[in-house]
Amino acid sequence: MTEKILVTENVHLYYGKKEALHGIDLSFNKNDITALIGPSGSGKSTYLRALNRMHDLADNVTVNGTFMFNGQDIYAPNTDTVNLRQKIGMVFQQPNPFPFSIYDNVAFGLRTAGNKDKGFLDETVEKSLKQAAIWDEVKDTLHKSALSLSGGQQQRVSIARALATSPEILLLDEPTAALDPMSASKVEDTMMQLRNQLTMIIVTHSMAQASRISDKTAFFMDGDLVEFDNTKKIFLDPAKQETQDYISGRFG
Amino acid sequence: MDLIRESLLKKSKASKKDQFGRVLTFSALLLIVIVVVSIFWFVASKGLATFFSNKVNLWDFLSGKNWAPGQTDAHGKPLTGALPMITGSFLVTFLAALIATPFAIGTAVFMTEISPKRGAKILGPVTELLVGIPSVVYGFIGLSVIVPTLRFLFGGSGFGILAGAMVLFVMILPTVTSMTVDTLKSVPRHYRESALALGATRWQTIYKVILRSATPGILTAVVFGMARAFGEALAVQMVIGNASLMPKDLTSPASTLTSILTQGIGNTVMGSLENNVLWSLALILLLMSLVFNIIIRAIAKKGAI
Repeated sequence: MTEKILVTENVHLYYGKKEALHGIDLSFNKNDITALIGPSGSGKSTYLRALNRMHDLADNVTVNGTFMFNGQDIYAPNTDTVNLRQKIGMVFQQPNPFPFSIYDNVAFGLRTAGNKDKGFLDETVEKSLKQAAIWDEVKDTLHKSALSLSGGQQQRVSIARALATSPEILLLDEPTAALDPMSASKVEDTMMQLRNQLTMIIVTHSMAQASRISDKTAFFMDGDLVEFDNTKKIFLDPAKQETQDYISGRFG
Repeated sequence: MDLIRESLLKKSKASKKDQFGRVLTFSALLLIVIVVVSIFWFVASKGLATFFSNKVNLWDFLSGKNWAPGQTDAHGKPLTGALPMITGSFLVTFLAALIATPFAIGTAVFMTEISPKRGAKILGPVTELLVGIPSVVYGFIGLSVIVPTLRFLFGGSGFGILAGAMVLFVMILPTVTSMTVDTLKSVPRHYRESALALGATRWQTIYKVILRSATPGILTAVVFGMARAFGEALAVQMVIGNASLMPKDLTSPASTLTSILTQGIGNTVMGSLENNVLWSLALILLLMSLVFNIIIRAIAKKGAI
């Protein structure tokens, strides 16, 4: 029995009065890659953003349900969101480094957490950039603006930035959707290198990507979790007709 | 065949209209350019006459401390030292910008980051109102509120650089604030999201990401406000005291380029030295507004990543 790092039960989410998630039960194995697939508007990104409380930013969103991260309730009133988001990092669809140097970007999370030691910062920046498989491309230009990089490089710097705070879980919201196929495959390689080091939950529209990299796949539709199983099972022998239709491209 | 050929070679009605429109818009542009160029030429020719026909030394003009264009000193040279006014103009401008910037940034942060809904409701009307108030009203309020207050606090007459800077601060605040708000609004939302997702607090997000990315825009806003402050005449003239002396402190009467200009230009004869030196002051104003423009452009260029 593998260790469950994150367990969610009966997750309901409302935008104003409109219910966007109708009771999702999902749990994630430690150091697995879990892919969330489904048509646009099925609630997979919405669900993902609930996991590190990004919905706190919007004032008309209500989240109900249980979210247990290492046995702690994420939505407990005394949860420190700053602390939580250092443990559950996030990478967005658009590559979005800050308009600072590459170094400052990666060191950002460390500095906000109060780390000032130059040696530690240098070391962690290097380690994170290596983890994100971009170190060789940027090691000579660490003090150049991160915006001078290509889209794929920017996305890997964004991943390095998220890794720098050594999160236990990395949430990736369509990390390759805005990239060309070459850059996308590099980002995918990065994720493959990171597997077994941390837990990753990735929202993707690419069925091929989900089948290539994930251990488990969850299929969302219309705010419901239709099926959740091993990736092989989902793609080769899905239990539900809707899943079969979606993965074979009959809708969505 | 010939008929078709002829009609093809001739200009169509549409292309004639097109050409007419082009000529019309171009002449409008030309007219504006001519107006700007002739203003420059006029001010420059008058302003430079001080140095070429009246033989005033440029350095004496810029660094001299005695201003009494009608009189001459022991060597028979006219007293045309403009340094007191130049210093006064720069002092009120920088002081006003110095006071206005933190207020503008604070207001803008509140209105965009802390309470956008209330911010939008308050900022629009207040800004429009403040911009719409004529400068004579600002000057009058300065005269009847700020000057007595400063007199009470610091002694003296209350007129001076500080009073001028206070009035200008209120006058440029709406401009600087609304431009800062625009800059902060244009900081992409994903910067905020990714900063928070990295475990930054709200304050860290504002301070380390939003303000930092918006720095070029905020600088532009401040320089824009300074350009306005530098050129403002009436309100400053009403509270600064209009003594063409080197300002020795912030609460004794002083003067600015604009205040001496508005006072003197009607009382001098065209073509005389007294009149020409005033044009030289105007030339300095014009050149300074050019400099402010160049600074704004340089910042914008550097800020566009």
